[in-house]
Amino acid sequence: MASQEILRQEPGRGSFINDPKIRALFFQTLVVILLFVSIWWIVNNVIENLQRLHIASGFQFLRNRAGFDISDTPIAYTSDATYGRALIVGLLNTIIVAAAGIVLATIVGFIIGIGRLSQNWLIRKICTVYVEIFRNIPPLLVIFFWYSGVLAVLPPPRESYHLPFGSFLNQRGFYFPRGIWGDGSWLVLVAFVVALAMAWFVAHRARQRQMATGQQFPVFWTSVALIVGLPVLAFLLAGMPLTFDFPKQSTFNLTGGFQIKPEFLSLLLALSFYTAAFIAEIVRAGIKGVSKGQSEAAAALGLRSGPILRLVVIPQAMRIVIPPLTSQYLNLTKNSSLAIAIGYPDLTATAGTVLNQTGQAVEGVFLMMIAYLVLSLVTSAVMNVVNARMALVER
Amino acid sequence: MKHIALGMLGAAALGLMASAASAGTLDTVKQKGFIQCGVSTGLAGFSAPDDKGDWKGIDADFCRAVAAAVFGDGSKVKFTPLSAKERFTALQSGEIDILSRNTTWTSNRDSALGLDFVGVTYYDGQGFMINAKKLPGVNSALQLSGAAVCVQSGTTTELNLADYFKKNKMEYNPVVFEKLEEVNAAYDSGRCDAYTTDQSGLYGIRLTLSSPADHVVLPEIISKEPLGPAVRQGDDQWAHIARWTYFALLNAEEAGITQANVEEMKSSTDPNIQRLLGTEPDGKYGADLGLSNDWVVNIIKAVGNYGEMFERNVGSGSPLKIARGINALWTKGGLQYGPPVR
Repeated sequence: MASQEILRQEPGRGSFINDPKIRALFFQTLVVILLFVSIWWIVNNVIENLQRLHIASGFQFLRNRAGFDISDTPIAYTSDATYGRALIVGLLNTIIVAAAGIVLATIVGFIIGIGRLSQNWLIRKICTVYVEIFRNIPPLLVIFFWYSGVLAVLPPPRESYHLPFGSFLNQRGFYFPRGIWGDGSWLVLVAFVVALAMAWFVAHRARQRQMATGQQFPVFWTSVALIVGLPVLAFLLAGMPLTFDFPKQSTFNLTGGFQIKPEFLSLLLALSFYTAAFIAEIVRAGIKGVSKGQSEAAAALGLRSGPILRLVVIPQAMRIVIPPLTSQYLNLTKNSSLAIAIGYPDLTATAGTVLNQTGQAVEGVFLMMIAYLVLSLVTSAVMNVVNARMALVER
Repeated sequence: MKHIALGMLGAAALGLMASAASAGTLDTVKQKGFIQCGVSTGLAGFSAPDDKGDWKGIDADFCRAVAAAVFGDGSKVKFTPLSAKERFTALQSGEIDILSRNTTWTSNRDSALGLDFVGVTYYDGQGFMINAKKLPGVNSALQLSGAAVCVQSGTTTELNLADYFKKNKMEYNPVVFEKLEEVNAAYDSGRCDAYTTDQSGLYGIRLTLSSPADHVVLPEIISKEPLGPAVRQGDDQWAHIARWTYFALLNAEEAGITQANVEEMKSSTDPNIQRLLGTEPDGKYGADLGLSNDWVVNIIKAVGNYGEMFERNVGSGSPLKIARGINALWTKGGLQYGPPVR
């Protein structure tokens, strides 16, 4: 209010050009107009040039028959399916490799990160060497290392390595028996769900009891017994309704069973091991970021080093770790587009083929950008929720 | 005021860019002094750099022929190696002036992709290659059910492969790479049982494998693959120059004009040869195309006639030793037929 009064008192201070408010408004409007004009110009230019070059445009091609096959198809797909479906297959493959990579990278990263702070000289040095090697090599080379250096030199299908439980390893990938569930297997699933619920209940009650009386209860082992024991019991009761489809040698390849292709395997291993090096450093920073007094105080209370790490250090370290961890997850997802170099049919590879068969580069690249953008936004939204739950709640 | 001035400058720059883009390809090419030619990343016999880094092959020579027609000098070409996936975008965007990269002529590419195919410099068909040492007893593509097949992405080959296995109710496992070298390496390491591409390509690729003698090309030809150069749609003059360069190569072979005898042929009294070589009094067939009247002389001096180009790159003069077959002239029972220059 005060500033308005001052303005009103001095109307003749200068022309409106010198009024900071009007100037700000003017320039903001100008920027917005320029932005829209340039977007309009870009879109218009693209449409005009496509027409001039007689190139088809629009998204109708998504409903046309694709005509090419894809090696990894998480959903039913044949060459008779549409381009749209081919793109969805590619997107699902990207999601699968990114999700598996995030889980694996997190596990490896936490182990290495904690290992770097170990009291043991050997473990500490091994973890340091790991981090320094993997984070200093471009991810594409790590992918080639796994694909051409490790998996391609495995024996051909006829001379596969025989592994336990009817599994095989050869240069076409890793084969293991696929379980086929028979009648009554729903009982096992129900038992598993019940066991999960019971484990949660036990944990909840144990916590209440500890709060009230200070007495502890072996929650971890009880949960393991419940989650493993109940389904096994149900499985036996239902009369063991499980048969296996074992991989068998045929003319060219092993058939039957479940196959993990070398393209997927090398991409997954490369992305996880590469990203794990960064996650390890983030974890180390997080743990180092928790003041030494915290663990000293916990030790003074009589806690041993395991519980100190688990109950005092890591919960506080997580607050430091999660935001940069999100960036690493996003990087991993985006790096998965390097799949194209080894022929894993991820979104970039499939969209690239679609783009080439239809010649509609602008639409193809646009769809790819949107897909990666949405994937990244979803990942960061999930991580923001996790972050909010981990954040310090002030009482 | 500064902003307005800047905006006007920007608009002027954009206007300039637009006008440059709409000029004819011939003028643009003449102005820059060379032809930008899109080739493969290395397919023996068609376009592959030799040990000195010079591009060799039918496709590379075709670009030299066009350069000879335009500039009178076959060396005024710059080559851009392109993967199967990059090739059309490169031509559409104007990065290259002509795409001469063992590309199959299809209706979709001629229409929806905005390309204009010039002709068929090589009639090909798709085949399969297997390692006979590892797979004894396989002597037909129809025995390939269940095989892992290596193929390059974004090609007609990939589509024919899907069609062929579907038609014959066979299963297969596609192993798809973007770059030719990656497909070659994967096949050579044993990742796939079979390799599929155009038969001429299979013969060329076989030479680059670690033990070429172990590999055999199966007899089945599963598709028509008319390979030829393409230009952008909507520039008739440039398309005509490319198309008639190709026809001139064929007509020269038919008339018996070779790299060695082109100078003496200039004094020929045969009106057909006179029209072709621009020695006919008052003839201006070259000028009508926007070229010089001795354009065919320049082409032949640079690369020879079609037959010479073929034998040197893929035929008896090359390690590939492919017979002329359907690529012989129509007078010798083949399909190569050049409309007359007159």
